[in-house]
Amino acid sequence: MTTELALFYAFAAVTVGAALGVITVKNTVHAALLLVLTFFSCACLWLLLRAEFLAIVLVLVYVGAVMVLFLFVVMMLDIKTDSLREGFARYLPVAAVVAGIMLAQMLALIGWNAMLQVPAPESDGATLAGVGNTEWLGRALFTDYILPFEVAAVILTVAIVAAIALTLRRRPGVRHQDPSRQVLVRKEDRLRVVKVATEGKEAGK
Amino acid sequence: MITLAHFLGLGAVLFCISVAGIFINRKNVIVLLMAIELMLLAVNMNFVAFSHFLGDVHGQVFVFFILTVAAAESAIGLAILVVLFRNRSTINVAELDSLKG
Amino acid sequence: MLSKNILLAIALAPLVGAAIAGLFGRQVGRAGAHWATILGVAVSCVLSVYVLKQLAFDGVPAFNQNIYTFFEIGGYSAHVGFLVDRLTATMMVVVTFVSLLVHIYTIGYMADDPGYQRFFSYISLFTFSMLMLVMSNNFLQLFFGWEAVGLVSYLLIGFWYKRPTAIFANLKAFLVNRVGDFGFLLGIAGVLYWLGTLDYATAFANADQLQGKTIELFPGVPWDAATFVCICLFIGAMGKSAQVPLHVWLPDSMEGPTPISALIHAATMVTAGIFMVSRMSPLFELSATALAFVLFIGATTALFMGFLGIIQNDIKRVVAYSTLSQLGYMTVALGVSAYSVAVFHLMTHAFFKALLFLGAGSVIIAMHHEQDMRRMGGLRKYMPITFATAWIGTLALVGTPFFSGFYSKDAIIEAVKEAAHHGGWVQQYAMWAVLLGVFVTAFYSFRLLYLAFHGKERFVVESHHDGDHHGDAHDDHDDAHGHHEPGHLAHPPHETPWVVTLPLVLLAIPSVVLGWFAIQPMLFGDWFAGAIVVDPARDVIARLGAEFHGPTAFALHGFQTPAFWLAFAGFAAATVLYLLRPDLPSRFAAALRPLVTMLEKKYWFDEAYQAVFARGSLLLGRGLWKGGDVAVIDDGLVNGSAAVVARLAGVLRWLQSGYLYHYAFAMILGLIALLGAFLWSR
Repeated sequence: MTTELALFYAFAAVTVGAALGVITVKNTVHAALLLVLTFFSCACLWLLLRAEFLAIVLVLVYVGAVMVLFLFVVMMLDIKTDSLREGFARYLPVAAVVAGIMLAQMLALIGWNAMLQVPAPESDGATLAGVGNTEWLGRALFTDYILPFEVAAVILTVAIVAAIALTLRRRPGVRHQDPSRQVLVRKEDRLRVVKVATEGKEAGK
Repeated sequence: MITLAHFLGLGAVLFCISVAGIFINRKNVIVLLMAIELMLLAVNMNFVAFSHFLGDVHGQVFVFFILTVAAAESAIGLAILVVLFRNRSTINVAELDSLKG
Repeated sequence: MLSKNILLAIALAPLVGAAIAGLFGRQVGRAGAHWATILGVAVSCVLSVYVLKQLAFDGVPAFNQNIYTFFEIGGYSAHVGFLVDRLTATMMVVVTFVSLLVHIYTIGYMADDPGYQRFFSYISLFTFSMLMLVMSNNFLQLFFGWEAVGLVSYLLIGFWYKRPTAIFANLKAFLVNRVGDFGFLLGIAGVLYWLGTLDYATAFANADQLQGKTIELFPGVPWDAATFVCICLFIGAMGKSAQVPLHVWLPDSMEGPTPISALIHAATMVTAGIFMVSRMSPLFELSATALAFVLFIGATTALFMGFLGIIQNDIKRVVAYSTLSQLGYMTVALGVSAYSVAVFHLMTHAFFKALLFLGAGSVIIAMHHEQDMRRMGGLRKYMPITFATAWIGTLALVGTPFFSGFYSKDAIIEAVKEAAHHGGWVQQYAMWAVLLGVFVTAFYSFRLLYLAFHGKERFVVESHHDGDHHGDAHDDHDDAHGHHEPGHLAHPPHETPWVVTLPLVLLAIPSVVLGWFAIQPMLFGDWFAGAIVVDPARDVIARLGAEFHGPTAFALHGFQTPAFWLAFAGFAAATVLYLLRPDLPSRFAAALRPLVTMLEKKYWFDEAYQAVFARGSLLLGRGLWKGGDVAVIDDGLVNGSAAVVARLAGVLRWLQSGYLYHYAFAMILGLIALLGAFLWSR
């Protein structure tokens, strides 16, 4: 058993355990945190596969952004978990059976014994190309995949706009700035010149 | 010796766990979304593994796009969830039946 | 060259008249309606005579031209066109002349009918349709005219639409004609199929192509194509010309007003079948089988329909059965390839039969719409003109030498005799049938004369009653006469007005003289050259022509033929039975009860049709209604499909739960199945 294999089993065990936790724990906050753990261990596994860029992206994007969003939502919403858990025990056997059958089928499909004999390559594509993983991926993204890459950017922008548009609401009675109105303001709206009778003459006298 | 089968097997296990998760957490939309993220992770795992073992960059490019789309999806999904909760005060899927005839 | 415009004017003038009377009847009024239509038909008549004169005396060639293209489908195009040769021109003159006289007559006959304008519109429309039929140069237009006259006939039989019997009669006429038209349409389809055209000239020129072709109506029994086409066409003629067994509608059609019986059901429309077969002579000459069939049907009609005329008491029905019988004669002439004789008899018959019908109508007017001859008698002194013209018509009908009917009828008999010399049993049968038919014709014709005009008066005149029944409307005349005993008249019968008697006189003239003038050119000249084609081997007329020495000699020879003596025997028998010893007929009737019953029941044709076809179709209809419509279509297809949709929709609604995990579950199950299939197949 090499060090790599030992590391793989260790991280795989964490991943599977955390994933099981995600779907079984009672508290949604815990589930989200366990999902973070899953992602972390997955990122480690990807490092084993020498996909450093994706591993970092997984941590930054998923753990740093998406999962934080999840946590925000979970904590923001006052969710009563009791009613959401009903039927949990009832469906557990069905879920276990279905998942078990599927797992057995998938593993049979993979061909457990045959696949075990496929060794890892001595050096991966990036090494062969003489560049690092990030550069290797970047070359592909910015040459062959430039159009999908830009489309992905647009999708993200649309997602941001959509998310804001969906959740934005104006509450009456809450004070907030309106930049357009601030820009459009004129002198007459703010400034009033008032003639006031002076008293200096008499004082001077 | 670590092989492709190890990663594919792990991906299969993750996928089956997320399927089971969808089944047992059928009421809780947030956990459902999380299970879907898990599913995507399983798929990504396979992609990355193949990319490594075949020395092909396309698998990783694919994972990149899946991550992008998944991020967008979960952002919008959560936004919808927030609006939903604001209106219905619940995220119980069984109670979201106002479209049902 | 004939002018296209003149021909168009001939065809369209009656249509214009019909449109004015029919669409604007209310605006133009009664006088306007009859003036418009009479003017239209008069224009038609005068121009037809002019066309005939051009063709007959000026040596103008026949006109055959398409006027208007109706539609084109692929390589086939349907035209409206005119083929006007002497055959057509003869028909045109007959049709328009009789029609004109009937129009004039109608002024008197329908004087107090509320449907006056409608009636004029219909008969003018009929004239148009009939002209389209005879002037056609293709089968499609022929069919159009054929159906159009059928339609107008239907409308006019049911003219008094408040009478249930009239409605029954017009429905019957329509249905029976459908049977014939079905055959006719099949025949036309056969012509199109084998000859590839519906144009007369092309079809007749290529008629030889029919030879050697066969059709297997029943597997293993090949029919000659020409025989098939001709018999199908003739079935159409059987319907329109009321030949056995499709004759049943014609006697009932007498429910229509009498001018219609004269125009449509005696002189013109019913002879359309005869005309059509004559026109198709190049086709019929190809099939001896079809001609034998025609001959057999014609002979049967000629004899057995004549028998029925003997026992009828309704004056119009006697004339109707006489018409059937005479149509049978014409058909017999067709069957022995003597087409020109058939058309000749058609022409003379049109005049004298229209005369007889209009005479009967005149009597009916005088008797205040009493049609039963048993309540007439002795009308001679009340209505001399009608009496004289009726005698002329009868003499022409029975074939008295020198009258026009003699020439045509004797020519038929001679032609059949000539054919029987060389022919088989059908020709022999036809010869005996037409000879015996002469006796029968004479008998019932004189019976009618004696019962109506001679003998004692069998009606009572109630002179104290001063009701003015001239003003009564037709369609409520049953009510108007409801308080009368049958055979009781409010005032004595009197001669009908001039509009009625004028047509009688005008028809009497050709009934007397036409035959004498026309026999030479029409039968033995080249009058129909190019229009009628006869196989030289069958040309009985040519053989008769060898012995023909002018019309006078023909008539004098007529005195020596058995036909004349048979007619005389019929006259004598009728004179004895109905003039000298009026008590004898009832005794004879009692003695021959079964025979009389058979005749009264009209050989049970109506009953048989009622039992087989009417009840059969009722049963079929009910079966289809209960079994086909209610069970299969309503319960099975309509409600059944709705139920299936509802059930399927229920299943789908149950599937479409809206729960994500249900869909996921379905997907997962599919995935498992797919994976399983993949694994299992490996």
